[in-house]
Amino acid sequence: MTAPARPNAALLFVARHSLAIALSLIFLAPVVFLLLTSFMTDHQSLTSNLWPESWHPENYANVFAKTPMGRYLANTVLYATLATLFMLLSSVPAAYALAKLRWRGRYATLVAIVCAMMLPPQVTTVPLYLLWATWGLTGSLWPLILPMLLGDAFSIFLLRQFLVTIPDEYLDAARVDGCGEWRTLLRVVLPMAKPGVAAAAMFQFFYAWNDYYGPLLYTSENESAWTMSLGLASFRSLHAVQWNLLTAATLLTMVPIVLVFFFAQKAFVQGVTLTGVKG
Amino acid sequence: MALTLGAPGTRPGAPPERPASRSRRRARERLTVLGFMAPALAGLLLFLVYPLLASAYFSFTKFDLVNPPRWVGLRNWSFLLQDPNVRVAAYNTLWLVVVMVPARMVGALSTGILLTRFRRGAGFYRTLFYLPALAPPVAATLAFVFLLKPGTGPVNTLLARLGIEGPLWFSSPHWSKPSLVLLALWGVGDLMIIFLAALLDVPQELYEAAALDGANAWQQFRAVTLPAISPVILFAAVTGVIQTLQYFTQAAVAASVASGQANSGGGISGTFGYPANSTYTYPLWLYVAGFRYGALGYANVLAVVLFVVSIVVTGILLRRFRAFLGTDR
Repeated sequence: MTAPARPNAALLFVARHSLAIALSLIFLAPVVFLLLTSFMTDHQSLTSNLWPESWHPENYANVFAKTPMGRYLANTVLYATLATLFMLLSSVPAAYALAKLRWRGRYATLVAIVCAMMLPPQVTTVPLYLLWATWGLTGSLWPLILPMLLGDAFSIFLLRQFLVTIPDEYLDAARVDGCGEWRTLLRVVLPMAKPGVAAAAMFQFFYAWNDYYGPLLYTSENESAWTMSLGLASFRSLHAVQWNLLTAATLLTMVPIVLVFFFAQKAFVQGVTLTGVKG
Repeated sequence: MALTLGAPGTRPGAPPERPASRSRRRARERLTVLGFMAPALAGLLLFLVYPLLASAYFSFTKFDLVNPPRWVGLRNWSFLLQDPNVRVAAYNTLWLVVVMVPARMVGALSTGILLTRFRRGAGFYRTLFYLPALAPPVAATLAFVFLLKPGTGPVNTLLARLGIEGPLWFSSPHWSKPSLVLLALWGVGDLMIIFLAALLDVPQELYEAAALDGANAWQQFRAVTLPAISPVILFAAVTGVIQTLQYFTQAAVAASVASGQANSGGGISGTFGYPANSTYTYPLWLYVAGFRYGALGYANVLAVVLFVVSIVVTGILLRRFRAFLGTDR
């Protein structure tokens, strides 16, 4: 490198890191303010003070003691867990057939799945609501859980994108050894596809955990079936304006997601990238 | 649907089979594929094809949760043309498409480019920038309504210390949509990850060649980066528009919490659009028309229109399907 370039490079280095640190602070600031407010008294949380004058970690316990957040949490865990399990059962085989088996209609099916994935949920809301109403399941989370037994378009697409990257040679070797397609999938493909399956499972779990529209549509009349998202959105009106409890509850819904993310960051980031375009 | 398996078992040099055993094998392969695909195909029929057809039929009928559908011809469709609410809702959604989608793309691309400039620390910054995208939408919206509280919120408190009088944010008809854009920019990390992967895939030699030709940073960006990542930009634009067409949660929650009016889950739709209908998006109006006013027939008109718009937008992506799906079809 030539001499005059050096101070320039050092300057650029500082400029880039300053910019990145400033951006980091902006991205973090909302959570920091939530955290500070969640330790205030309910009176102080109504003022413009930014720093708690006394610390009240018991706010977090009060979220569960003074509101039905515990039941909402149980409902959310049930919804997210069952939806994820059911999705895997139905979508992994479909993704395998779309990625690794050759059959007429495969391409058309893939196009249909991409269309299903891109379709705003509101388009099919009314007919589906009526369907679940005739089956007597509105007022519960089942209309959101049971369809996962019949495949989820986004998950199928994500898994398919992952499975096509596995070389056919491994599959052919298994077939030569006399494995049927199911055994090939379970014994050869799945162990190699662990990160893809983990990413799909996480996306599904997060989707259900975060879902607001689905629970609002099906359970708004029956509070005992509410999820955390629904409970949180109605929190303020039901429990007056207790910003300290509301900020604590808001942070509590974020915690599990962040924890899961840190344990499986690599698979997750790979999943995000895979659903983008492969050049 | 005719399912034929492209005979993964037939390898070059395998002995020719008798026609009878070949057709038996075909049948077995078809059954295998059906076994893998049956649940997903049933799902497509029940949760995609059926509701689309039903929605088209229902749009010509009048009914609610109590009374069965009655054919009314084009009545719902002609109401669409006079409906003042749909005009407001479509305008708000269009506003978000025009402002929020490009804002998110520019934000994601510039943070992504910044991250490619680091030799060390890129992973740390990437995680930090990405984390807000994970926040549940309801939680993120609550956080922003709290941050941007007009009187005592942290942002206006800090602005006041600088001697600036902050706007009313979510409580002002002029600032409510820009506030939603700020919220969307906070969660820009998911798109940033996609752009970052594409940026890192651009061959380094192209930049070196451009630099040799004397191209400055901006010229390199125009001549090398943009063309190389154009499929990703198209993908981001299309998925961004689709996501914005279904924009529901943030608008609903922001209006409900900022309005401060009493409501419960069932009655939350009473606050939709606050303030002054400025956050009334198209899907919110569809929901309210169908489930609050009980005009299920008319809600299906709105659904069919939304379907047509989404399909047109998706079609742009499907024309580039091969790039979208990767090299192996």
